[in-house]
Amino acid sequence: MELNVSLYRYNPEQDKFPYMKNYKVKKPEKDIMVLDLLNMLKEDDATISYRRSCREGVCGSDGMNINGKNGLACITPLSEVLKGNKLELRPLPGLPVIRDLIVDMTQFYEQYEKIKPFLQSDSEPPEQERLQSPQDRDKLDGLYECILCACCSTSCPSFWWNPDKFVGPAALLQAYRFLADTRDTKKQERLEELGDPFSVYRCHGIMNCVNVCPKGLNPNKAIGEIKSMLLTGSKEDKIKVVGLE
Amino acid sequence: MNKVINISKKNNIKEFDALIVGGGGSGMRTSLELAKSGLNTAVISKVFPTRSHTVSAQGGITCAIQSADPNDDWRWHMYDTVKGSDYIGDQDAIEYMCSEGPKAVYELEHMGLPFSRFENGRIYQRPFGGQSKDFGKGGQAARTCAAADRTGHALLHTLYQNNVKEGTNFLNEWFAVDLVKNSKNEITGVIAFSIESGEVCYLKAQATVLATGGAGRIYASTTNALINTGDGLGMTLRAGFPAQDMEMWQFHPTGIHGAGSLVTEGCRGEGGYLINADGERFMERYAPNAKDLAGRDVVARSMVMEILEGRGCGPEKDHVYLKLDHLGADVLNSKLPGICELSKTFAHVDPIKEPIPVVPTCHYMMGGTPTNIHGQAFSRNDGNDFMVSGLFSVGEAACVSVHGANRLGGNSLLDLVVFGRAAGKHINEELKSGGGVDNASNEDIELAMNRLNTLNESESGYEVADVKKQLQTCMQNYFGVFRRGEFMEKGVKELEEIREKSENLHLKDKSIAFNTNRVEALELQNLLEVAEATAISAMMRDESRGAHARDDFPERDDENWLCHSLYDPVEKKLGKRDVNFVPKEVEAFPPKMRSY
Repeated sequence: MELNVSLYRYNPEQDKFPYMKNYKVKKPEKDIMVLDLLNMLKEDDATISYRRSCREGVCGSDGMNINGKNGLACITPLSEVLKGNKLELRPLPGLPVIRDLIVDMTQFYEQYEKIKPFLQSDSEPPEQERLQSPQDRDKLDGLYECILCACCSTSCPSFWWNPDKFVGPAALLQAYRFLADTRDTKKQERLEELGDPFSVYRCHGIMNCVNVCPKGLNPNKAIGEIKSMLLTGSKEDKIKVVGLE
Repeated sequence: MNKVINISKKNNIKEFDALIVGGGGSGMRTSLELAKSGLNTAVISKVFPTRSHTVSAQGGITCAIQSADPNDDWRWHMYDTVKGSDYIGDQDAIEYMCSEGPKAVYELEHMGLPFSRFENGRIYQRPFGGQSKDFGKGGQAARTCAAADRTGHALLHTLYQNNVKEGTNFLNEWFAVDLVKNSKNEITGVIAFSIESGEVCYLKAQATVLATGGAGRIYASTTNALINTGDGLGMTLRAGFPAQDMEMWQFHPTGIHGAGSLVTEGCRGEGGYLINADGERFMERYAPNAKDLAGRDVVARSMVMEILEGRGCGPEKDHVYLKLDHLGADVLNSKLPGICELSKTFAHVDPIKEPIPVVPTCHYMMGGTPTNIHGQAFSRNDGNDFMVSGLFSVGEAACVSVHGANRLGGNSLLDLVVFGRAAGKHINEELKSGGGVDNASNEDIELAMNRLNTLNESESGYEVADVKKQLQTCMQNYFGVFRRGEFMEKGVKELEEIREKSENLHLKDKSIAFNTNRVEALELQNLLEVAEATAISAMMRDESRGAHARDDFPERDDENWLCHSLYDPVEKKLGKRDVNFVPKEVEAFPPKMRSY
């Protein structure tokens, strides 16, 4: 059986417009990953361009749109995504395309940097580690594992609409990762910076982010937690209501 | 792409105090130290930094922080590391790593690294292979600090985040082509290009730090990322500088059969064990005391013996099983969640119910550019070591040497942060006290641009993908877990042909924007340099030590080989270099028979 692979192609030096190019490939006997298939295609056509690094789903390089759904090529088996014998590969939606499946992620990274993705503490660090109970540490599970692949943010209509003002699910998940960390003492400041009508509140719970996250994380839930902290204040910190003046 | 850079016109030149090539753990720990010091520092990385291979480290960072055991002692860690290295790790460097380690680990925690915790709130530590209490006399230690089984990911992201905080300059998706060397043999920076725009620049620096990681892609089967192509070593070898202990490659016992993905030693630390086709826990025979937690080289060889003697699993009898189901769903889900995920994806196995098919897989390069504990690179002239001004190396790319002939699990992440930090501190002091290098001439720069220009002008020649396959097959066949002289000689001959091809590649795609074909061709040439250094070093070391196991020389030969090997890329010859047996605070550990 043959596979019909339709690949988004665009080389800014040659092509006025992007186009879909069709490749016919013999269907491999065993189930392989989408990345393996791309590597096979590239052996024949060296001009095909995409990012890849770890090939095991932890580095976040090869996020792309696979038969209409964002995912990581390296951990997506063909058996899960083939529609009949068809496979359509496009770059992540909503970001400028540099070439083929490679998008310009500047805006995505800028949103990440905006939420100050680092621990901030008023207290001098002790000689040894700061103590944290396993129960408090558990609060970071489902948050810190993000690999910045951008599958979530680029599947989010609110991010498509306001990529400069809406922080987007990936960076908001990280915003909550630091809000939830008992070692961080800047909760008030962090919340104040998120309280405008766009940063968080453009999330309308569409849940595409949850649907596509290759690590099984739930940005929507984290955003819900942030919203509720903004409205009621977290109990221990008595945070004022901000952002709804 | 511009073919020429002219110093007097100052076009395409970017100048820094310190330039770090590589955005993984060691590079970003170096840059963090330098950014905090106020020096103009830049990191150039061929991938966005969090895509670097450190992200794949799982089990943890080994360090005597006295959390699991309040009586733990860094000297015990040092003893284990010296023994693990099969006595060719430098004892001054190992002492430095083990004694400075706790500070470096606490700093990571202060930066926000989400370590797992014990009930008392301290950092969680788990047992790993080759660990002991009381200098091998007190049984198994638990010394590896962990963030579940995603410690590398947590560490790499934490370092990136703190570099963002300190305002480090990042040149992301830039590729370094070659070192620029001036007439005094000092390193003055690198020629590099933006992968996205194709702009070729001379990145000029008073200190150039190679933090380019390993080169596991010289083998067909490896746990390493596709980007691990030894770019830093490729550059130093082409510049005529030596590489140390290149025959020492670690084969990790548990790579997923068929896929190569790593399954952490932490699985065995948590109580998992290996079984053969008869269901026998065979490590009890090979290492009666440490069993499945013997040194990695020992476990990997035992697995291969089981397979060779017909007790392998599966229809081809070509792997063994890692059994975890007896640990129960709770332990697996809380301590080893990433492994559960990886096994399901790549082995179609749920470890809660079934064992994982595993096979020894190329994992780590113990060798590299020889350095001292400050990261300063050495070269050699008439049998004497001398420092290469302006050149530093840290992490897996360097050979400082703390791992000797076999690295212990969890010592890699410690190596990254301890020596990244040390190099940063040293460069800061050196540059602030007026150190630095002279300028390079236009001719020096032209020389460093040759490789790129030749490739860009190629009109015919060999295909990158074909030559890469040949190289990987050759290394896999002749330089694997067990080695034999006659096969290695054949391998070295084949590599001569492969070198000829790799110097005559045809770059079919000449486009500028994000041309990954160009990057892969340049990477292949780096792989070749590393492969050749490995092959010749392995062929010449006629003994068995640590990871270097020879059928034809099965014994360790301390009389002739209790030393580093030093590969000279110009003469393609192997020299010897003394191992350091002079630690500062403790008595040196003399060589003993190594058994687990």
